[in-house]
Amino acid sequence: MSRIFVAGMGAVSPAGWSVAALRAALDEDEPLPTQTMVRPGWAKPLRARLVPNPARRPEFLAHPRLRRASPITHYVVATALEAIGNLRAHRNAEYRLGLVVCLQSGCVNYSCRFFDETLKDPATASPLLFPETVYAAPASHVAAVLENVSLASTLVGDPAAFLQGVSLGAQWLEEDRVDACLVVGAEETNWILADALWHLERSAVLTGGAGALCLCRDPKWVAGVELTAITDVHTYSTQNDRTRAARAMRQQLGKPEAPASRRPVALGQNVKSAGKMAAPPENLELLCDGTGSSPRADGPELAAWRDWTGLRISPKRILGEGLMAAAAWQCVAACDAVAGERFAAANVSLVGSNQQAIGARFEIVAPASPL
Amino acid sequence: MLFPITSPPRTPPRVVVTGAGIVTALGLGWKSNAAGFRSGRTAFRPVSLFDVGRQRAKQAAEVDLPEAPPSTRLNAKQIAKLDRAAALLLLATDEAWQQSGWEPAENLPLVLGTTAGGMSLGEAYFRQAVQRPRSHRRQATRAVHYQPQVQARMILDALGSNGPITIVSNACASGSNAIGHAWELIRCGQAGRVLAGGYDALSELVFVGFDALQALSTTICRPFDARRDGLALGEGAAVIALETLESARRRDAAILGELIGYGTSIDQHHLTQPHPRGDTTLLVMKQAGETAGVTSEDVDYINAHGTGTVLNDSSEALAINEWAGHRTASLPVSSTKANIGHLLGAAGAVEAVICLMTLCEQWLPPETLFETPDPACKFPIVRKPQDAHVNVALSNSFGFGGVNATLILRRWK
Repeated sequence: MSRIFVAGMGAVSPAGWSVAALRAALDEDEPLPTQTMVRPGWAKPLRARLVPNPARRPEFLAHPRLRRASPITHYVVATALEAIGNLRAHRNAEYRLGLVVCLQSGCVNYSCRFFDETLKDPATASPLLFPETVYAAPASHVAAVLENVSLASTLVGDPAAFLQGVSLGAQWLEEDRVDACLVVGAEETNWILADALWHLERSAVLTGGAGALCLCRDPKWVAGVELTAITDVHTYSTQNDRTRAARAMRQQLGKPEAPASRRPVALGQNVKSAGKMAAPPENLELLCDGTGSSPRADGPELAAWRDWTGLRISPKRILGEGLMAAAAWQCVAACDAVAGERFAAANVSLVGSNQQAIGARFEIVAPASPL
Repeated sequence: MLFPITSPPRTPPRVVVTGAGIVTALGLGWKSNAAGFRSGRTAFRPVSLFDVGRQRAKQAAEVDLPEAPPSTRLNAKQIAKLDRAAALLLLATDEAWQQSGWEPAENLPLVLGTTAGGMSLGEAYFRQAVQRPRSHRRQATRAVHYQPQVQARMILDALGSNGPITIVSNACASGSNAIGHAWELIRCGQAGRVLAGGYDALSELVFVGFDALQALSTTICRPFDARRDGLALGEGAAVIALETLESARRRDAAILGELIGYGTSIDQHHLTQPHPRGDTTLLVMKQAGETAGVTSEDVDYINAHGTGTVLNDSSEALAINEWAGHRTASLPVSSTKANIGHLLGAAGAVEAVICLMTLCEQWLPPETLFETPDPACKFPIVRKPQDAHVNVALSNSFGFGGVNATLILRRWK
């Protein structure tokens, strides 16, 4: 069995277009300001947290494949390029790259525009929009931009499916089918999606963006993080509700948390002033959970981790409900905290909305250590 | 645990099919579909599910759903929430399940491919939101049941089972990728048996989309015909029960065929067009052949992706010519999209089941409306119903976005 490392991370979020922006927002520990989103037929707009425009126009937007691509593709490409930056800096482009893109809602902007045109007059619906509506469009575009993707797949599911994507990437690496694998979770905002979320969770604030992990087996490219565990998939069913599934997932990640006396300055509420520690204690762990602002939706996850007395961060409380992107941000935040040597390990808890609960664990590893 | 990955067995187990379910416009179930494909019947008719008055194309291959779903463990409330796509999926799954003889299980992986999931619910949601924004009736239900993973959960509930669900959405390669992924799960020791397949229902958005691209035929869908003018859409589902040979033998199960090869890669040429030379198609056919340990000399039939569009068929023809080499001139090829249309996310799974039919029943599915051979095709197109010796069959699937997949199946004797 091979060891799987994290070679890099990428993030686009309402906090900005980088992992650093994500980290800064989480360290601030204040919910980001919301914007309004017009809902046709309603005087009262919906609330959302929109991804800000990048400070500079990204160079990749000049790629011919991205001329008509929707925002979700821009997010996926930006996070992918950030996540493989380390690899690109040290290796030629001949390595075999795998790509797993995970989505829950996917390309809703063009789907809405296209169906709106269809309802108005199907004979004049734009042929340029339709191909961009398919789930597979972002993966196709990023593969064209990166040029060395040899194996690609798009997975759809609730946010916990992001860890299924990580598992698939690990499997491809294990089987030596690729030399590195990007796993990206992404979503884009749109009024219809905000409307749907409003029907399901009135207090949730929709957001969009993407998060990416670049996995590899070669210790030379390690960003200081090793993937050490992904739990079983705990699928919800009539016999196995979210509460049970969340509990079962938590039990599989059941290492004792850090004693209070050994807690570091931490992320978020407890870790605002966090800096790199000289040497994080071996048992110093972080929990990166998926709770947000809804007591009903968060209940099962909060109950599952009730015994956790260590430090935790909850990116959704700061960033909003980013669906698959939020799951990816959790993993990115966890890896970033470990890579920055703030913690020896970080647990990620993904209790999805309607499919499954899955957890993962990332641990510190010295870059280029003799393995 | 998903990770660390269980050490794979030194020799990957052989993977066999012990159940297959299929629903297309030719009928519900193996028997009616086998009769239809064997005779080369086509199933197109004017679209009745939505208005196509403003479209160039007017026909599709619609499924006549039964009045009631099969008897499963779903209760009336759950049944009421099944949309058209989920109903198709349930029918195919139930047939595969019954045939497999499997018992309900707590850890049964389900791998499905789809492009649209519950698109009809999404369309209904959007219509109501823009046309009657103050009405919330059924919107929350639509918002949940539109999602393919919720449809998949319903399927596991119907079987009284639970297990990890994987939804693959690589456009029109989804069904093949789902089966290929299931095959890999078993071969690497992560599962002993897996239900896998694909499903998609006709929807207005997708129909209008293909029509807007002028990809739909306004005459007859004739894959590989020199006069082909586009594809025809259809709907349906297919699910197969995959397990290790050891498991099937232990149960003394009837074996329909063996899945022996799988290849997949991505064509970066264009979002909707294959590379004109068919480079990636050739690559995945080679990969599948290598994993299967067979060459073109061993293959007795190719079920081509063969959409009927000018670009797809010429690209695929070049790849088949190259891959088959000397065997090309005698290698029978057909596209069953001529009979049932393009089933998108279901296509690869349905075509895998058609390959199983050719292996089990020893015939080839003809394209009876094929008239003028395209000079690019150096292989013979199956044009008339015929019995044949079929020991190994290969199925190609390619999707928007460029993911290509090939499956190879072998007859079980």
